[in-house]
Amino acid sequence: MAGNGASSTPFIEIRDVSKYFGDFAAVDSVSLTIGKGELFSILGGSGCGKTTLLRMLAGFEVPTKGRILIDGVDITEMPPYERPVNMMFQSYAIFPHMTVEKNVAYGLEKEGIPREEIKRRVGEMLNMVQLGAFAARKPHQLSGGQRQRVALARALVKRPKVLLLDEPLAALDKKLRERTQFELMSIQYKLGITFVVVTHDQEEAMILSSRIAVMDKGRLIQVGTPKEVYEYPNCRFVADFIGNINMFEGTVVDVDGDRVRVNCKDAGGELVALSDSPPLAGSAVCVAVRPEKIFISQNEPENSEDTRLAGVVEDLGYFGNLSLYRIRLEGGRIVQVSAQNRRRSAERFLEWDDKVFISWRPRSAVLLTD
Amino acid sequence: MSTAAGLRHDLLWQKVTIAIPYVWLLVYFLAPFAIILKISLADPVIAQPPFTPFFDSQGDITATSDNYSFLLTDKLYAVTYLKSVFMALVATLLCLALGFPMAYGIARADESTRNLLLLLIVLPFWISFLLRVYAWMGLLNNYGVINNVLMWLNVIDKPIAFMYTDFAIYVGLVYSYLPFMVLPLYATLERMDLDLVEAAQDLGARPSQAFWDVTWPLARPGVIAGCLLVFIPAMGEYVIPYLLGGPESLLIGRVLFDEFFVNRDWPLASAVAIVLLLILVVPIVFLQRSQARDAEGHA
Repeated sequence: MAGNGASSTPFIEIRDVSKYFGDFAAVDSVSLTIGKGELFSILGGSGCGKTTLLRMLAGFEVPTKGRILIDGVDITEMPPYERPVNMMFQSYAIFPHMTVEKNVAYGLEKEGIPREEIKRRVGEMLNMVQLGAFAARKPHQLSGGQRQRVALARALVKRPKVLLLDEPLAALDKKLRERTQFELMSIQYKLGITFVVVTHDQEEAMILSSRIAVMDKGRLIQVGTPKEVYEYPNCRFVADFIGNINMFEGTVVDVDGDRVRVNCKDAGGELVALSDSPPLAGSAVCVAVRPEKIFISQNEPENSEDTRLAGVVEDLGYFGNLSLYRIRLEGGRIVQVSAQNRRRSAERFLEWDDKVFISWRPRSAVLLTD
Repeated sequence: MSTAAGLRHDLLWQKVTIAIPYVWLLVYFLAPFAIILKISLADPVIAQPPFTPFFDSQGDITATSDNYSFLLTDKLYAVTYLKSVFMALVATLLCLALGFPMAYGIARADESTRNLLLLLIVLPFWISFLLRVYAWMGLLNNYGVINNVLMWLNVIDKPIAFMYTDFAIYVGLVYSYLPFMVLPLYATLERMDLDLVEAAQDLGARPSQAFWDVTWPLARPGVIAGCLLVFIPAMGEYVIPYLLGGPESLLIGRVLFDEFFVNRDWPLASAVAIVLLLILVVPIVFLQRSQARDAEGHA
């Protein structure tokens, strides 16, 4: 899903931006470039600074230090009403005293665009978000999903260089959220406008984005494509924040080229992982493996390259398309393993308290030092 | 107790609860109003009470519209009504001009200061209204605090006559009724979603445009409520014009008082009161309509 028309030339440049509220650094020395036409997500938990960063792009907050450029123009101190940027608010912020049509036309009226052109552009935009029939309605007569689309139409009708979306789908129910995700992506693709989305929902960020920036405590932790942040997290926080993962804390036993052997007491054995910049022997590291990268078998696996550990099925859950196992290792540690249910197994596979072996390839594990 | 009996018991309580305010309004509002209306249709006599009875000795109704036609023929009354409406209107607009920024500031202050500021708005109510108006006399008169300070600062060399002028009445009215403007305005502004103002600015509205396009229309219910809460009592105000105003600032409240207690013309005074009530009904109906419309708009 990633990379719809993203180019590498920087369109939004955030240069070493910090924002302090009193002594508290809401955003701490963030540098980031976003390409034209990207659908870029800023992902993080509440209070991580993602909304403050978005508000600095919109012009509602001025950075304590650093500069922000859009399309080569320094907009750091430009007031919100002069920026070539529009925002879709988490609350939607639709004017309750105006009709849908008036709401969408508002931004164009402020630009002083001729009446006929406003009418035409508002009509086109309402049709695009499938609200043509609702032009004369008042906001309180609309459903949550329709309101979301009014907010989107109102922000897009001004043809901004950048559209900022603050938790665009958070207020919708699950089914509608899934449908709207794809609508947002197709609208973005059609208009070619750069989208910057703030979200706390890692799944949403994964599906929507060409690239994701993960933030924590005001700092930028990792920036990359959804695949990069999922498969190659650069620290414990990102690994843990995105998706499920098993993390084994241990110490490096020895390093052989890019092969690192790690001793982990609670796993009850030695783990092998690959690393481009292997740490020194004796240092504390974390081996992280995703549940779907782990094989599970009743016979001891043969490949000696792989990490092999013995354990007992503590718990299992059947989800239809896949099964989730919780395996207690000999060291006492519990490991999550997921397996696709490819066969319609009339034959019984695993049960509680079965003795099993789990294994993974060295390439499947990530070695984390931070 | 059986459930049926319990239900009957609840219903009885429901009726009693509803009946109490109705009885209250009936006894203390509708009945006095009927009495005033009756007196306004009588002739004054020197007797106890000082008006002709509603039924004469034959049992016929003795109602007369003389008092009302007198109100129409004597120009004094029309002028006084108009002046009262005008002064109440000006006082209301002054309260709005002062109260809106105050309410806005309080609504946007952080929580701890907000409560303190609200307390300061309500604080004057802890002192008797009459005492506070007397205090203004002490501030405004020729040897009062304001004139003394101005003279001491050499801004003026002889006292300015603040007292017994329309200016003093406006000061009194605005001072006394400002809280009634601030509180309903605060209530609406505090509820307002700040995102809406930011959204307007995001869409290209300058702060002043955002105010007139978004904040002002959404504050309208508070503006209307506040204006009525100031206008209606200011219109019939007696104490402030009596204590602070001059003999020429004849307002309807004072005329009403004088007709009752100085001229002892109860029928005419009652007619004055009924007409005042009719004038006030207009803005009240306006309020009700607008509230109904808002309720519909935000259902």
